[in-house]
Amino acid sequence: MNEILDPLALARWQFGLTTIYHFLFVPITIGMVTTTAIFQTAWYRTGQVRYLQLTKFFGQLFLINFAMGVVTGIVQEFQFGMNWSDYSRFVGDVFGAPLAFEGLLAFFFEATFIGLWIFGWDKLPRFLHLLTIWATAFGSILSAYFIIAANAFMQNPVGYEMNVDKGRAELVDIGALLTNPVALAAFPHTIFASFMVSAGLIITVAAWHLARNQHLETMRPALKLGLWMMIIAGVLTTVFGDQLSLAMVATQPMKMAAAEATYQTVCGAQASFSLFTLGTPDGTSELFSIRVPYLLSLLSTHTFDGCVEGINDLQAQYIEAFGPGDYTPIIWITYWSFRWMIGLGLLHVFVAVVGLWLTRGGRHPKSKWVWKAAIWAFPLSLAAMIVGWVFTEMGRQPWLVFSLLKTEDGVSPGVSGLEVLISLIAFTLIYGILAVVEFKLIKKAAQKGPADAPEPHPETGRIEPSTTVY
Amino acid sequence: MDLATLWFWIVAALFVGYFILDGFDFGVGMTLPFLGKDDLDRRVLINTIGPVWDLNETWVIVAGACLFAAFPEWYATLFSGFYLALLLILLALILRGVSFEYRHQRPESRWKAWFDGMIIVGSAVPALLWGVAFANIVQGVPLDADHNYIGTFFDLLNPYALLGGVTTLLLFFTHGAVFISLKTAGDIRERARKLAVKSGVVTIVVAASFLVWTAFLAEFSVAYLVLAALAAVALIGAWLFNLRGAEGWSFSFMAATVALAVLALFTALFPDVMPASNDPANSLTIANASSSEYTLTVMSWTALVFLPLILLYQGWTYWVFRKRVSRASIQAATGAAPAGAAQSA
Ligand code: HDD
Ligand code: HEM
Ligand code: HEM
Repeated sequence: MNEILDPLALARWQFGLTTIYHFLFVPITIGMVTTTAIFQTAWYRTGQVRYLQLTKFFGQLFLINFAMGVVTGIVQEFQFGMNWSDYSRFVGDVFGAPLAFEGLLAFFFEATFIGLWIFGWDKLPRFLHLLTIWATAFGSILSAYFIIAANAFMQNPVGYEMNVDKGRAELVDIGALLTNPVALAAFPHTIFASFMVSAGLIITVAAWHLARNQHLETMRPALKLGLWMMIIAGVLTTVFGDQLSLAMVATQPMKMAAAEATYQTVCGAQASFSLFTLGTPDGTSELFSIRVPYLLSLLSTHTFDGCVEGINDLQAQYIEAFGPGDYTPIIWITYWSFRWMIGLGLLHVFVAVVGLWLTRGGRHPKSKWVWKAAIWAFPLSLAAMIVGWVFTEMGRQPWLVFSLLKTEDGVSPGVSGLEVLISLIAFTLIYGILAVVEFKLIKKAAQKGPADAPEPHPETGRIEPSTTVY
Repeated sequence: MDLATLWFWIVAALFVGYFILDGFDFGVGMTLPFLGKDDLDRRVLINTIGPVWDLNETWVIVAGACLFAAFPEWYATLFSGFYLALLLILLALILRGVSFEYRHQRPESRWKAWFDGMIIVGSAVPALLWGVAFANIVQGVPLDADHNYIGTFFDLLNPYALLGGVTTLLLFFTHGAVFISLKTAGDIRERARKLAVKSGVVTIVVAASFLVWTAFLAEFSVAYLVLAALAAVALIGAWLFNLRGAEGWSFSFMAATVALAVLALFTALFPDVMPASNDPANSLTIANASSSEYTLTVMSWTALVFLPLILLYQGWTYWVFRKRVSRASIQAATGAAPAGAAQSA
């Protein structure tokens, strides 16, 4: 009974579940609002009605998704206090500031301009209306910056001092907090990864229609945009992922060791990167693997003869520094999530290049499997994103704030296991139901395709976009 | 005034903003069964808040985040202590939020009825529970020496707190009905006004008794009495203006009522932020719950620069959407795009 009602385990499950759930919608929002803005700009510049159709079409997919991002975000904001009150007491002085900035600078901005965009088609001049979607895009990207800066403090605490009397970390340098090297790499990495996800969504939807030979007028340019975006964003994600690796090795060497499941410190050619490993389930010993020599050294240090510290050595160092305890995260999770993130990402770039080649000069591949393969772009790029975060967050364990606060010390002391269980069940149920509803709505809207082109206005001869009502 | 005290009032101001704005959203949601005779009526009602509900709701996110940044102890104690109440509020806000967007995605009346139901419940539950929560904060709750709440969920449902909940519920209901009469045209506008006249009477009685009860908790401090009296006057004024059909004035006075009442509660609380009912030594105060001087300075500059800007662009939004919503305007909009709103993203 006590096993089931352990508030710590339940709170962790709840945080992991609700955050992952929130992050199913966030990258779609960040990417889709930007692509919608691009389509609307294309319409504004060229006047071609198909770009208006695309704006409305992808805009609607984005809006169905947006509602979920917003409501699940509120849960996140409250959850720190509800389930992690000792954590909130410990870091609030530091961590609260970026959250407040996020609200004051980004969320208000985003929430206001999205309303103006949705309902402002017939109420604002065309240029101003175009600006509202760009403002929304700006707001959502800015919000990502602040939340990642907050998260980066947990990965690599900077800009603070310990106040021993109050037993908490206190902010002493907001500049340092907001330019945390981990945040500076994680932010572009996450944003470009979000663009990969929305590129994936566009490719999936376009491929579905093109495979059926319908909506060619709109879906061909959409596919092109999606493929190019996937390649560009994929390359940039990789570049910043590489930067992030460096920052991570510098701040949390244990995470890189766990990502590679290297128990002994290895140097140079020995510091090889395993593409695939068969081992015992807990990852402690290896049965078979395919390895690329030097690659781990390159990833971690950008040199061929660098050394990567092993888990055992780090564990010994940490015991010395922080006292007895187990400082290793769950190895099989870090090992496989790191590989799946990179593998799926590189696969997407490859698939997008092939896709561009197959559709060059307006070609239309006949073979069914090409289109079938393209349909996977969206779910798999989203999966890459999620496993990336699972890696980041699980790889930080047992720390909640690296080197300062363990996860077990952050949980709310006054909240009973039963209460957390009730909320965990409630969220799981509601989120589950909403996931089904949302998926069906998006699927239906996506399969229906863009609406017919509106007729030009009888008097002005201009295309007047229809207005929106709930 | 030191920075921590300043932030106490900024937090109060953020909650004032939240309750004024999301208050009428809740009210609009709760009046659906009274004013929404058919689907078109309900669409009229929902579209009065369509472009703004999200930004209104964002006020609570910002209030929560600022509470976290300026008073981490308060945030931690409050949110972990009122765990199940907040859970209910969150679930309600989730259901309500998706309903606005999803309701119009499909034409079936059963589909819409589901989401109508969620809008109604999702509006009523927070309208009630925010009042319960704030009344409990003012009254004080049992806290241990580490400031952790040691009561149960049911301790929160005491008579005073429930009266507070019913007060906010009624206040927001009337606020919403007045808002609808201000924002709609045609028959529904008149029906909304009449509804506000009726609910206004009940609201005045209940709110007055809550304010009087609170006066005892505030030990009849002058500041509290002045604010509470002004709130009562504003409420009666709002009712009278509504009776005469002066919707704009009525709405302004309702907003003033909400603002004054929230400020009165914060005054009753001052200088505590969470009084401990079991032992005053365990109380959370502005002094022992606040962040460091440096953090508060950073936050103050940010708020100083951005709050005016926020008010400016949000005010502009309300200006852009100032036109009244009517059955005809909804029909025209959906008529222009034949397959309905699902067409127009
Ligand atoms: C489409 C998604 C995607 C793709 C293709 C990649 N990543 Fe990634 N990665 C993420 C999506 C992601 C993320 C958005 O999920 C994370 C979680 C935290 C973060 O900042 O980004 C992440 C985290 C993350 C971290 C952990 C940072 C930390 O814990 O501090 C590292 C080291 C990398 N990535 C490195 C890479 C490399 C070297 C990649 C390519 C070769 C790569 N990622 C591709
Ligand atoms: C959006 C992408 C994110 C995802 C998918 C994600 C996912 C996760 C996961 C899987 C865990 C581990 C749960 C466990 O150990 O059982 C976790 C823990 C945690 N994360 Fe994140 N996270 C994300 C971003 C963030 C951000 C931005 C913050 C802070 C602002 C944050 C704060 C935390 C905290 C406080 C925990 C502690 C709970 C625990 O360790 O169990 N996370 N997250
Ligand atoms: C890397 C992790 C995260 C990023 C990049 C991110 C970004 C975003 C974005 C872009 C939105 C806009 C709505 C949408 O996406 O549909 C959003 C919504 C929201 N997120 Fe997150 N989020 C992250 C994780 C979290 C966490 C851990 C919290 C908790 C503090 C949080 C709090 C919120 C809130 C309160 C909203 C609703 C805002 C609104 O009304 O527009 N997010 N988030």
